[in-house]
Amino acid sequence: MTHINLASLEVGQEVGSREFHLTRDSLVKYAGASGDFNPIHYRDDFAAAVGLPGVLAHGMLTMGVAVQVAADWVGDAGKVVDYGVRFTKPVVVDPSEGAVVTVTGKIGEINADAGEVRVDLTVIFNETAVLGKAQARVRL
Amino acid sequence: MVNPNVEGKKYPATDPYLVGREKVREFARAVMSTNPVNTDVFAAQAAGYSDVVAPPTFAVVIQERSLATVLADPEADIDFSRVVHGDQRFVHTRPIVAGDELTSELQVASVKSLGAHSMITFETQIFDATKQLVCTAISTLVVRGDE
Repeated sequence: MTHINLASLEVGQEVGSREFHLTRDSLVKYAGASGDFNPIHYRDDFAAAVGLPGVLAHGMLTMGVAVQVAADWVGDAGKVVDYGVRFTKPVVVDPSEGAVVTVTGKIGEINADAGEVRVDLTVIFNETAVLGKAQARVRL
Repeated sequence: MVNPNVEGKKYPATDPYLVGREKVREFARAVMSTNPVNTDVFAAQAAGYSDVVAPPTFAVVIQERSLATVLADPEADIDFSRVVHGDQRFVHTRPIVAGDELTSELQVASVKSLGAHSMITFETQIFDATKQLVCTAISTLVVRGDE
Protein backbone atom coordinates (compact mmCIF):
# COMPACT_ATOMS: atom_id res chain seq x y z
CA MET A 1 0.00 0.00 0.00
CA THR A 2 1.15 3.54 -0.60
CA HIS A 3 -0.01 6.97 0.52
CA ILE A 4 -1.99 7.39 -2.71
CA ASN A 5 -5.75 6.89 -2.65
CA LEU A 6 -6.65 5.32 -5.99
CA ALA A 7 -10.25 6.54 -5.84
CA SER A 8 -9.08 10.16 -5.74
CA LEU A 9 -7.16 9.91 -9.03
CA GLU A 10 -8.32 11.10 -12.45
CA VAL A 11 -7.02 10.38 -15.94
CA GLY A 12 -5.07 13.39 -17.21
CA GLN A 13 -4.07 14.50 -13.71
CA GLU A 14 -0.45 15.63 -13.42
CA VAL A 15 1.54 13.61 -10.88
CA GLY A 16 4.84 15.45 -11.04
CA SER A 17 7.40 17.31 -13.09
CA ARG A 18 11.16 17.57 -12.84
CA GLU A 19 14.04 19.17 -14.74
CA PHE A 20 17.19 17.13 -15.23
CA HIS A 21 20.40 18.92 -16.09
CA LEU A 22 22.53 16.44 -18.02
CA THR A 23 26.19 17.38 -18.35
CA ARG A 24 29.18 15.54 -19.81
CA ASP A 25 29.90 14.48 -16.22
CA SER A 26 26.43 12.89 -16.03
CA LEU A 27 27.22 10.91 -19.18
CA VAL A 28 30.54 9.65 -17.82
CA LYS A 29 28.86 8.64 -14.55
CA TYR A 30 26.12 6.79 -16.41
CA ALA A 31 28.69 5.08 -18.64
CA GLY A 32 30.48 3.76 -15.56
CA ALA A 33 27.29 2.78 -13.74
CA SER A 34 25.75 0.98 -16.71
CA GLY A 35 28.84 -0.35 -18.47
CA ASP A 36 27.85 1.34 -21.75
CA PHE A 37 31.14 2.81 -22.95
CA ASN A 38 30.14 3.66 -26.51
CA PRO A 39 32.43 6.66 -27.28
CA ILE A 40 29.59 8.62 -28.96
CA HIS A 41 28.59 9.43 -25.36
CA TYR A 42 31.86 11.13 -24.36
CA ARG A 43 34.12 11.83 -27.36
CA ASP A 44 33.41 14.78 -29.66
CA ASP A 45 35.85 13.58 -32.32
CA PHE A 46 34.22 10.16 -32.42
CA ALA A 47 30.69 11.60 -32.54
CA ALA A 48 31.69 13.89 -35.42
CA ALA A 49 33.38 11.04 -37.30
CA VAL A 50 30.15 9.02 -37.35
CA GLY A 51 28.14 12.04 -38.47
CA LEU A 52 26.40 12.99 -35.24
CA PRO A 53 25.63 16.62 -34.35
CA GLY A 54 27.59 16.19 -31.09
CA VAL A 55 28.04 13.94 -28.08
CA LEU A 56 24.71 12.31 -27.25
CA ALA A 57 23.22 11.28 -23.93
CA HIS A 58 22.67 7.52 -23.65
CA GLY A 59 19.05 6.84 -24.58
CA MET A 60 19.00 4.62 -21.50
CA LEU A 61 20.09 7.58 -19.34
CA THR A 62 17.18 9.67 -20.61
CA MET A 63 14.88 6.69 -20.04
CA GLY A 64 16.35 6.16 -16.58
CA VAL A 65 15.92 9.75 -15.38
CA ALA A 66 12.43 10.13 -16.87
CA VAL A 67 10.96 7.29 -14.80
CA GLN A 68 12.10 9.05 -11.60
CA VAL A 69 9.01 11.25 -11.86
CA ALA A 70 6.77 8.16 -11.59
CA ALA A 71 8.96 6.57 -8.88
CA ASP A 72 8.92 9.73 -6.77
CA TRP A 73 5.17 10.03 -7.08
CA VAL A 74 4.52 6.45 -5.93
CA GLY A 75 7.27 6.84 -3.31
CA ASP A 76 8.78 3.39 -3.88
CA ALA A 77 10.77 2.73 -7.08
CA GLY A 78 10.05 -1.00 -6.67
CA LYS A 79 6.39 -0.36 -7.50
CA VAL A 80 7.19 0.49 -11.14
CA VAL A 81 6.31 -2.90 -12.65
CA ASP A 82 6.34 -2.16 -16.38
CA TYR A 83 8.17 0.65 -18.16
CA GLY A 84 8.70 1.16 -21.86
CA VAL A 85 9.82 3.96 -24.20
CA ARG A 86 10.59 4.60 -27.84
CA PHE A 87 13.74 6.58 -28.60
CA THR A 88 12.61 9.21 -31.09
CA LYS A 89 15.16 12.05 -30.95
CA PRO A 90 18.73 12.31 -29.63
CA VAL A 91 19.70 14.55 -26.71
CA VAL A 92 22.83 16.48 -27.73
CA VAL A 93 24.88 17.40 -24.67
CA ASP A 94 26.88 20.61 -25.06
CA PRO A 95 30.38 20.38 -23.46
CA SER A 96 29.90 23.52 -21.35
CA GLU A 97 26.15 24.04 -21.10
CA GLY A 98 25.00 20.43 -20.95
CA ALA A 99 21.34 19.74 -21.79
CA VAL A 100 18.15 20.29 -19.85
CA VAL A 101 15.54 17.55 -20.09
CA THR A 102 12.10 18.32 -18.67
CA VAL A 103 9.88 15.42 -17.63
CA THR A 104 6.18 15.66 -16.80
CA GLY A 105 4.08 12.73 -15.64
CA LYS A 106 0.33 12.44 -16.11
CA ILE A 107 -2.09 9.66 -15.32
CA GLY A 108 -2.87 7.82 -18.56
CA GLU A 109 -5.03 5.00 -17.27
CA ILE A 110 -6.43 3.73 -13.96
CA ASN A 111 -6.99 0.03 -13.39
CA ALA A 112 -8.75 -0.09 -10.02
CA ASP A 113 -9.16 -3.89 -10.03
CA ALA A 114 -5.43 -4.51 -10.43
CA GLY A 115 -4.56 -1.56 -8.19
CA GLU A 116 -2.43 -0.17 -10.98
CA VAL A 117 -2.02 3.18 -12.66
CA ARG A 118 -0.30 4.01 -15.94
CA VAL A 119 1.80 7.15 -15.78
CA ASP A 120 2.49 8.73 -19.18
CA LEU A 121 5.73 10.69 -19.31
CA THR A 122 6.41 13.65 -21.58
CA VAL A 123 10.15 14.10 -22.02
CA ILE A 124 11.24 17.35 -23.63
CA PHE A 125 14.66 18.59 -24.78
CA ASN A 126 15.01 21.74 -26.87
CA GLU A 127 11.21 22.07 -27.13
CA THR A 128 11.00 18.62 -28.75
CA ALA A 129 9.82 15.28 -27.34
CA VAL A 130 12.81 12.91 -27.25
CA LEU A 131 10.98 9.82 -26.01
CA GLY A 132 7.80 8.44 -27.53
CA LYS A 133 5.18 6.35 -25.77
CA ALA A 134 7.03 6.64 -22.46
CA GLN A 135 4.69 4.77 -20.13
CA ALA A 136 5.27 3.44 -16.63
CA ARG A 137 2.78 1.10 -14.97
CA VAL A 138 2.89 1.48 -11.19
CA ARG A 139 1.29 -0.74 -8.57
CA LEU A 140 -0.27 1.21 -5.71
CA MET B 1 21.74 -6.46 -43.22
CA VAL B 2 20.94 -8.56 -40.18
CA ASN B 3 20.55 -12.24 -41.05
CA PRO B 4 16.76 -12.85 -40.97
CA ASN B 5 17.38 -16.53 -40.19
CA VAL B 6 18.31 -15.71 -36.59
CA GLU B 7 14.65 -14.91 -35.86
CA GLY B 8 13.64 -17.28 -33.08
CA LYS B 9 17.24 -18.13 -32.20
CA LYS B 10 17.90 -18.65 -28.48
CA TYR B 11 21.23 -17.82 -26.91
CA PRO B 12 22.68 -19.70 -23.92
CA ALA B 13 22.17 -18.34 -20.41
CA THR B 14 24.79 -15.88 -19.20
CA ASP B 15 26.97 -16.50 -16.14
CA PRO B 16 25.35 -15.31 -12.90
CA TYR B 17 25.59 -11.58 -12.15
CA LEU B 18 25.68 -10.69 -8.46
CA VAL B 19 23.86 -7.41 -7.83
CA GLY B 20 26.03 -5.39 -5.43
CA ARG B 21 24.64 -2.80 -3.04
CA GLU B 22 27.15 -0.16 -4.08
CA LYS B 23 26.47 -0.88 -7.78
CA VAL B 24 22.76 -0.23 -7.17
CA ARG B 25 23.63 3.02 -5.37
CA GLU B 26 26.01 4.06 -8.18
CA PHE B 27 23.34 3.36 -10.81
CA ALA B 28 20.70 5.19 -8.75
CA ARG B 29 22.93 8.28 -8.51
CA ALA B 30 23.65 8.12 -12.25
CA VAL B 31 19.91 8.23 -13.09
CA MET B 32 19.44 11.01 -10.51
CA SER B 33 17.18 9.00 -8.23
CA THR B 34 15.95 10.65 -5.05
CA ASN B 35 13.97 7.56 -4.08
CA PRO B 36 15.17 6.34 -0.66
CA VAL B 37 14.61 2.61 -1.38
CA ASN B 38 17.31 2.83 -4.09
CA THR B 39 20.09 3.87 -1.71
CA ASP B 40 19.02 3.52 1.94
CA VAL B 41 18.98 -0.04 3.32
CA PHE B 42 16.70 0.92 6.22
CA ALA B 43 14.18 2.62 3.92
CA ALA B 44 14.24 -0.44 1.64
CA GLN B 45 13.72 -2.82 4.55
CA ALA B 46 10.92 -0.65 5.95
CA ALA B 47 9.22 -0.99 2.55
CA GLY B 48 9.53 -4.78 2.78
CA TYR B 49 12.66 -5.47 0.69
CA SER B 50 15.70 -7.42 1.83
CA ASP B 51 18.14 -4.75 0.60
CA VAL B 52 18.31 -1.66 -1.61
CA VAL B 53 16.07 -1.79 -4.69
CA ALA B 54 17.56 -1.27 -8.15
CA PRO B 55 16.00 1.55 -10.23
CA PRO B 56 13.44 0.36 -12.84
CA THR B 57 15.96 0.50 -15.71
CA PHE B 58 18.83 -1.33 -13.95
CA ALA B 59 17.90 -4.57 -15.75
CA VAL B 60 19.61 -3.08 -18.82
CA VAL B 61 22.93 -4.05 -17.22
CA ILE B 62 21.87 -7.71 -17.29
CA GLN B 63 20.28 -7.44 -20.75
CA GLU B 64 23.56 -6.01 -22.06
CA ARG B 65 25.43 -9.19 -21.11
CA SER B 66 23.09 -11.27 -23.27
CA LEU B 67 23.16 -8.72 -26.06
CA ALA B 68 26.95 -8.90 -26.15
CA THR B 69 26.74 -12.59 -27.08
CA VAL B 70 24.41 -11.78 -30.01
CA LEU B 71 26.59 -8.93 -31.25
CA ALA B 72 29.56 -11.33 -31.21
CA ASP B 73 27.62 -14.00 -33.12
CA PRO B 74 28.85 -14.09 -36.75
CA GLU B 75 25.57 -15.74 -37.81
CA ALA B 76 23.54 -12.69 -36.70
CA ASP B 77 25.92 -10.40 -38.64
CA ILE B 78 25.13 -7.18 -36.72
CA ASP B 79 27.43 -4.23 -37.40
CA PHE B 80 27.48 -2.54 -33.98
CA SER B 81 28.81 0.75 -35.41
CA ARG B 82 25.50 1.07 -37.29
CA VAL B 83 23.23 0.26 -34.38
CA VAL B 84 20.70 2.72 -32.94
CA HIS B 85 18.49 1.88 -29.96
CA GLY B 86 14.88 1.94 -31.19
CA ASP B 87 12.84 1.07 -28.14
CA GLN B 88 13.13 -0.56 -24.75
CA ARG B 89 10.78 -2.04 -22.19
CA PHE B 90 11.16 -3.76 -18.82
CA VAL B 91 8.37 -5.89 -17.39
CA HIS B 92 9.10 -6.84 -13.78
CA THR B 93 7.67 -9.78 -11.87
CA ARG B 94 9.43 -8.28 -8.86
CA PRO B 95 12.04 -5.56 -8.44
CA ILE B 96 15.75 -6.40 -8.56
CA VAL B 97 17.39 -5.99 -5.13
CA ALA B 98 21.00 -6.04 -3.97
CA GLY B 99 22.11 -9.61 -3.30
CA ASP B 100 20.24 -11.06 -6.29
CA GLU B 101 22.19 -13.45 -8.45
CA LEU B 102 20.80 -13.05 -11.94
CA THR B 103 21.19 -14.96 -15.19
CA SER B 104 19.63 -14.00 -18.51
CA GLU B 105 18.41 -15.90 -21.52
CA LEU B 106 17.91 -14.07 -24.78
CA GLN B 107 15.78 -14.96 -27.76
CA VAL B 108 15.58 -13.07 -31.04
CA ALA B 109 11.87 -12.25 -31.20
CA SER B 110 11.87 -10.80 -34.71
CA VAL B 111 14.00 -9.48 -37.56
CA LYS B 112 12.35 -7.06 -39.96
CA SER B 113 13.67 -4.97 -42.78
CA LEU B 114 12.64 -1.40 -43.36
CA GLY B 115 14.12 -0.32 -46.68
CA ALA B 116 17.89 -0.58 -46.28
CA HIS B 117 17.58 -0.80 -42.49
CA SER B 118 16.99 -3.81 -40.26
CA MET B 119 15.02 -3.89 -37.04
CA ILE B 120 15.85 -6.66 -34.62
CA THR B 121 13.86 -7.26 -31.44
CA PHE B 122 15.25 -9.20 -28.50
CA GLU B 123 13.44 -10.65 -25.55
CA THR B 124 15.68 -11.26 -22.56
CA GLN B 125 14.34 -13.16 -19.57
CA ILE B 126 16.15 -12.50 -16.32
CA PHE B 127 16.01 -15.18 -13.62
CA ASP B 128 17.13 -15.23 -9.99
CA ALA B 129 19.16 -17.98 -8.30
CA THR B 130 15.96 -20.01 -7.66
CA LYS B 131 15.13 -19.82 -11.41
CA GLN B 132 12.16 -17.52 -10.80
CA LEU B 133 11.51 -14.94 -13.52
CA VAL B 134 12.38 -11.45 -12.23
CA CYS B 135 12.14 -9.34 -15.38
CA THR B 136 11.59 -9.57 -19.12
CA ALA B 137 13.53 -6.96 -21.05
CA ILE B 138 12.38 -6.23 -24.59
CA SER B 139 14.69 -4.24 -26.82
CA THR B 140 14.62 -3.24 -30.47
CA LEU B 141 17.76 -2.18 -32.27
CA VAL B 142 17.74 -0.46 -35.64
CA VAL B 143 20.72 -1.37 -37.81
CA ARG B 144 21.29 1.20 -40.51
CA GLY B 145 21.97 -0.20 -43.97
CA ASP B 146 24.09 1.29 -46.74
CA GLU B 147 22.81 4.71 -47.77
